[in-house]
Amino acid sequence: MDRFVFLTLDGLSRGAVLAAFALALVLIWRAARIVNFAQGAMAVATAYVAYSVSAATGSYWLGFLAALVAGLLLGAAVDLVVMRFVDHASPLNPVIVALGLVLLIQAVLGMAYGSEFLPAGTPFSRNPLTVGGAAVLSPYDLFVFAAVAVVVVGLAWTFTRTAVGLRMRAAAFAPEVSRLLGVNVGGMLTLGWALASGVGALAGMLVIPTELGLHPHAMDLVFVSAFTAAVVGGLDSPPGAVVGGLAVGLLLSYVSGYAGSDLTPLAVLVLLLAVLLIRPGGLFAPVAARRV
Amino acid sequence: MSATRAATPPHTSRRADGAGPDGARRGSTLRRHAGLAVIAALLLVAASYNLEPFRNFQLATVAAYLCATAGLTILTGLNGQLSLGHGALMATGAYTVALCQNAFADAGMTGGWLLPVSLGAAVVAALAVGAVVGVAAARLRGPYLAGVTLAVAVVVPALAVTFDGVFNGEQGLAVPVEPPPAFLGVYFPYERWQLWVTAAATLLALVLLANLVRSRYGRTFRAVRDDEVAARLAGIHVARTQVIAFVVSAAGAGLGGALLAVLAQSVSPGAFSLTLSLFLLMAVVVGGLGSLTGAAWGAVLLVALPDLTHAVTEQLTLSPAVAQRVEGNLPLAIFGITLVVVMIAAPGGVQGLLSRLARAVSARRPGRRRP
Amino acid sequence: MSDMTRTARRGLALATAITLLATSVACTGDDGGGGRGTVPGVTDTEIVVGTHMPLTGPASAGYSKIAPATKAYFDHVNANGGVHGRKITYKIMDDGYNPANTQQVVRQLVLQDKVFAILNGLGTPTHTGVLDFLKSNRVPDLFVASGSRSWDQPDRYPGTFGFNPDYTVEGKILAHHVKTSLPGRKVCFLGQDDDFGRDSLVGVEQVLGADAVAAKQTYVTSNTNLAPQLGAFKAAGCQVVVLATVPGFTALAVGTAARLNFKPQWLVSNVGADHPTLAKQLGANAGLLEGMVGANYLPMQNDAADPWIQLFTKVNKEHNGDAPFDGNTVYGMAVGYLFVQVLLAAGKDLTREAVTEAVRKGGYQGPGLAPLRYSDTDHSGYGGQRLTRVSGGTQTYFGPTYETDEGDGPVREHSAAPVAPPANGVPTAS
Repeated sequence: MDRFVFLTLDGLSRGAVLAAFALALVLIWRAARIVNFAQGAMAVATAYVAYSVSAATGSYWLGFLAALVAGLLLGAAVDLVVMRFVDHASPLNPVIVALGLVLLIQAVLGMAYGSEFLPAGTPFSRNPLTVGGAAVLSPYDLFVFAAVAVVVVGLAWTFTRTAVGLRMRAAAFAPEVSRLLGVNVGGMLTLGWALASGVGALAGMLVIPTELGLHPHAMDLVFVSAFTAAVVGGLDSPPGAVVGGLAVGLLLSYVSGYAGSDLTPLAVLVLLLAVLLIRPGGLFAPVAARRV
Repeated sequence: MSATRAATPPHTSRRADGAGPDGARRGSTLRRHAGLAVIAALLLVAASYNLEPFRNFQLATVAAYLCATAGLTILTGLNGQLSLGHGALMATGAYTVALCQNAFADAGMTGGWLLPVSLGAAVVAALAVGAVVGVAAARLRGPYLAGVTLAVAVVVPALAVTFDGVFNGEQGLAVPVEPPPAFLGVYFPYERWQLWVTAAATLLALVLLANLVRSRYGRTFRAVRDDEVAARLAGIHVARTQVIAFVVSAAGAGLGGALLAVLAQSVSPGAFSLTLSLFLLMAVVVGGLGSLTGAAWGAVLLVALPDLTHAVTEQLTLSPAVAQRVEGNLPLAIFGITLVVVMIAAPGGVQGLLSRLARAVSARRPGRRRP
Repeated sequence: MSDMTRTARRGLALATAITLLATSVACTGDDGGGGRGTVPGVTDTEIVVGTHMPLTGPASAGYSKIAPATKAYFDHVNANGGVHGRKITYKIMDDGYNPANTQQVVRQLVLQDKVFAILNGLGTPTHTGVLDFLKSNRVPDLFVASGSRSWDQPDRYPGTFGFNPDYTVEGKILAHHVKTSLPGRKVCFLGQDDDFGRDSLVGVEQVLGADAVAAKQTYVTSNTNLAPQLGAFKAAGCQVVVLATVPGFTALAVGTAARLNFKPQWLVSNVGADHPTLAKQLGANAGLLEGMVGANYLPMQNDAADPWIQLFTKVNKEHNGDAPFDGNTVYGMAVGYLFVQVLLAAGKDLTREAVTEAVRKGGYQGPGLAPLRYSDTDHSGYGGQRLTRVSGGTQTYFGPTYETDEGDGPVREHSAAPVAPPANGVPTAS
């Protein structure tokens, strides 16, 4: 029983960061109908910015802030400098461009920082608090939960309660009509990229300290898990991303704990198939599955 | 390289198939493809004598990749289904060939017919896996299909580690391959023989695929890609068509993986990682999605681009301090930039660019070629 | 249609002509190669050797420093006149630890660049795939950078030689420490899910007995969460944990255990025990490494009093852009030193046969603490290790150097005194 509680808590804390990263993928998908395969590499780039700023100033929080700002800027830059010029007639072209960006970003990071693992700091202790003699979540885990919750609530509020959020949704779902109504569709798209990349940067800052450390490839595996999480939840649904992230996190933890870590990829495939064969558009898909 | 270009039946372009081939045309299509394959084979034989061993090996690698990219082109280019898992199907073929060849070797069997049997078994195994994935895939669209195939790409190499009793884990299996037949002489270069074997298998596969593309099946593939609802109204069984496309595509990938294993004389899960699946997709899109010629360009790029970027960076003389960081990374950066630039400058890929050029030329010289 | 047939016929004629031409040219041009006087990669002034290494990709951490260090040592030798008047050119190819890339780059080195030998190719899955190719092309395959037992098969691969102590030898030496210094403790084992982990566990159980390991866990490099495994160790009450892990996962294991408030005595394989690498990755938590026992067989990178370290530091400054100096740098230079020793022993009339013969003759002494085992019947590398401990933030050797075999032989002390490097850092023919 102890082991079950332990694995559950461990899975939830990993699931929370996967959820944050899956949210970033969902944001781009909703805004631009692109699965951004470069999201992981972009997040790593911002984490390196945080590393440099923290190393120079000695402050975790300045680095954290720098990563978020760098994330917003990088997202906008990717849209304005690259994605804007990609022919979207074939949905594959942006995917290939994103893969090209992955190679480029990872190579540049490798040149700038080398291929050693660099330490990624945490603002709070990762040693678990004990409640009544049993170890539960660590302060850092609580920080992760809080940060993800803030992002989810903030995004929900932005998209449903603010004018700019409504315009972004309109621009994504009906670009032609929105343009006629005076919405700056291109601007909204750039904003969408910035926002998604900012959330991705946050997710990177949260997840990298729990992994091997900072490395150009630090997010490769996280990307695969987070993409799975987003697909399980439904790419159009932010709550789906959160539920999907937690589900994948728990699954990974239970399977590693009870069956062996080599079986985790198989378990992920089974989960995907089980969900998608019943709901081809993910758990939180609207009634009719979207066709792309 | 020029030989490989010739190895593909030119102009399986989409524009031509509106005509609808009648019986006589179909016969001529088969004859034409077979004729082109023979020419390509002869050119390759000629090339194999003129090229150095390493170039022969590279060409053989191109041929092996071409099976996989051609398969992926059928699926993604003609049928509109996205697969991020073709590396896993290649692994299926590669491991099958390894297990068969080892079984033959353990049983003390020898003979030139063993390799074709193993390759056939590899195709059948990939076909079976492709059918399973294809049935699931037929229900899914866009990123959801991408998600499942991505998971498949990750699972298959992991299985090699889980069942290491059979697959020998990360270290993989050796693939015993017999030396070139004795009548070719004692000093017959091994790489030339490798090119002959892979090119023969690839050309055979391409003739079959090219005919499929021009057949009734090819047309239903495209109809489903262009408009599922219209295809259904026209009496096409959409799901069945999608499964068939997946199975055909998997067979191509399985043969490609099997040939790679024969070339390398070994298989290991690290060679069939997710990266390979993503690179295959890059290859078919950058080569030119939708035509087998594009798939050929993609296969050439897969082999030539890393080599070229390495050669370019090798020209630089760097201080040791700079070299420490730049070596290895600079070729990757150039590779990445190339992908981005090609996709922006030529969204139709290399083949799209070439046919645009060809059209511009033929417009200036009327009567040379039918539109 | 007739148009098409005509094109086809014309093409056919052309192709046939080319084929015939090519065949006739080739028949006269093929001389089989490899005759006397034309040793690939060797001229009167140059020896070209190549290697495959992960310079990029997830597995490149640390390892990307090895080949540049070897190259720097060769540059030092070249600056001192080379070997028998020949300068060594070292071609480093990046394979990203992907066996498919290794196939390509090694063929490029052998067939295109015509290297004399492959030196220090890194990785078990990567290098395994090219063993047969190197054998059939008779390319000396020297000092493979991995502790797998595959390199020690003189009958099957006569040209292949290892360098690292094999993982079973290492497991036996670590277990010997448990047996003599930590008796009665509950021992657990975490290993990578491949031959590294398996061979190491074989060694541990060889010394301690088959049932002595209370809990055994494995990890795969594609899953960066070790909490389930270490949680199981904690629940089992492990007091000593033997790690057969790569550096990234050593640091991860130590960090994860600390979070779980689990503080066993760590015994770490040489592969994953380089303190500077681990400390850098752990950052502020580097203190967790205090007390960690590791194993090594080359001079400790922080031992400024060691003459080898003084030499290698100097070479690193002069020829390697003063790159950060760690265990990988020492390793790379030690490989370079051994190769130069072998070249000298092979004599002025350098052939591939002479080089493999020279390795087989053995008797090389260099920076290594343990003996090199090369002989006609043994192609493995170093046959022993010495234990290290982290204390006060520095890793130092303690106790004697041990040597043993990969079978059921005893773990013995190796008492031969280490040799000092030659004054200019370049070995001389003995």
